[in-house]
Amino acid sequence: MAEVLVTLAAIVTCMAFLMVLWRFIKGPSPVDRIIAFDGLTIVSITGILFAALAAERGIYLDVALVYALLSFLGVIVVARFLERGF
Amino acid sequence: MTLSIGMGLLLSVAMVVSAIMATRGKRSLGISILAAGLASLLASVMFLLLAAPDVAMTEAAIGSGLTTFLFFFVLGRVRRGEHD
Amino acid sequence: MAEFLDILGALLLLAGTIFLLLGGLGLVRMPDIYNRIQAGTKATTLGTLLSLIGVAFLHPEWSLKLLLIGVFLLFTNPLSSQVLARAAHRTGAHKSSSMIVDHLEDDLGEKP
Repeated sequence: MAEVLVTLAAIVTCMAFLMVLWRFIKGPSPVDRIIAFDGLTIVSITGILFAALAAERGIYLDVALVYALLSFLGVIVVARFLERGF
Repeated sequence: MTLSIGMGLLLSVAMVVSAIMATRGKRSLGISILAAGLASLLASVMFLLLAAPDVAMTEAAIGSGLTTFLFFFVLGRVRRGEHD
Repeated sequence: MAEFLDILGALLLLAGTIFLLLGGLGLVRMPDIYNRIQAGTKATTLGTLLSLIGVAFLHPEWSLKLLLIGVFLLFTNPLSSQVLARAAHRTGAHKSSSMIVDHLEDDLGEKP
């Protein structure tokens, strides 16, 4: 029962990944692409959770922590570049 | 097992798409740098699916973080026309 | 009892991924850039937090790392959303036909 629900959740995550990737490809303005980049990082954190559940290894969650840090720093740096050009 | 193979296929398709956006885009240079960072980020998830968490952490910190920020920094400096 | 906790965690995980899907749908379908920022940061934050709680029910020995990731996301995601909205307003990417009034631009225009 629980395994079926986790598999279903992984399939839903893949669909969300495809939708955010479509906005990254299509996005008219650079700010749209930065939103899509942030969203792809956050969806990838959930994907890492599924990889950790499948492999039963808790060390994978450290990579998710690095991803959370990276998404924040990336958005700050790119928004600053768009506003003032460093 | 089948699920991780499917996630790997999806990741590889997304990596190809972002690499094409990075190299052959008629867009601005900032979008190309962002797409290269996305390709590196997805490569990191792929390393994780291949059961190498240390390589994945290094790739996420260096390839997707530091390289992208350094490219944006240099692009801003070049556009302002500084020569120091 | 352990089986009940497993099913509860899997249901929370599924609810979180459904919020992620709704965020992606909003990111595709919304007409304006502020609507896209709203859908792309708020819904994905809630979805990721629900997924982290669900994984904490499935594996209680990972709770400390999951709590760390959740607190970090909860602190930094609204901040990045605000920075993005400010960048969108300053670069002029927010202009669209669905936007009728812009009080911020009026206030900025009045100042010398």
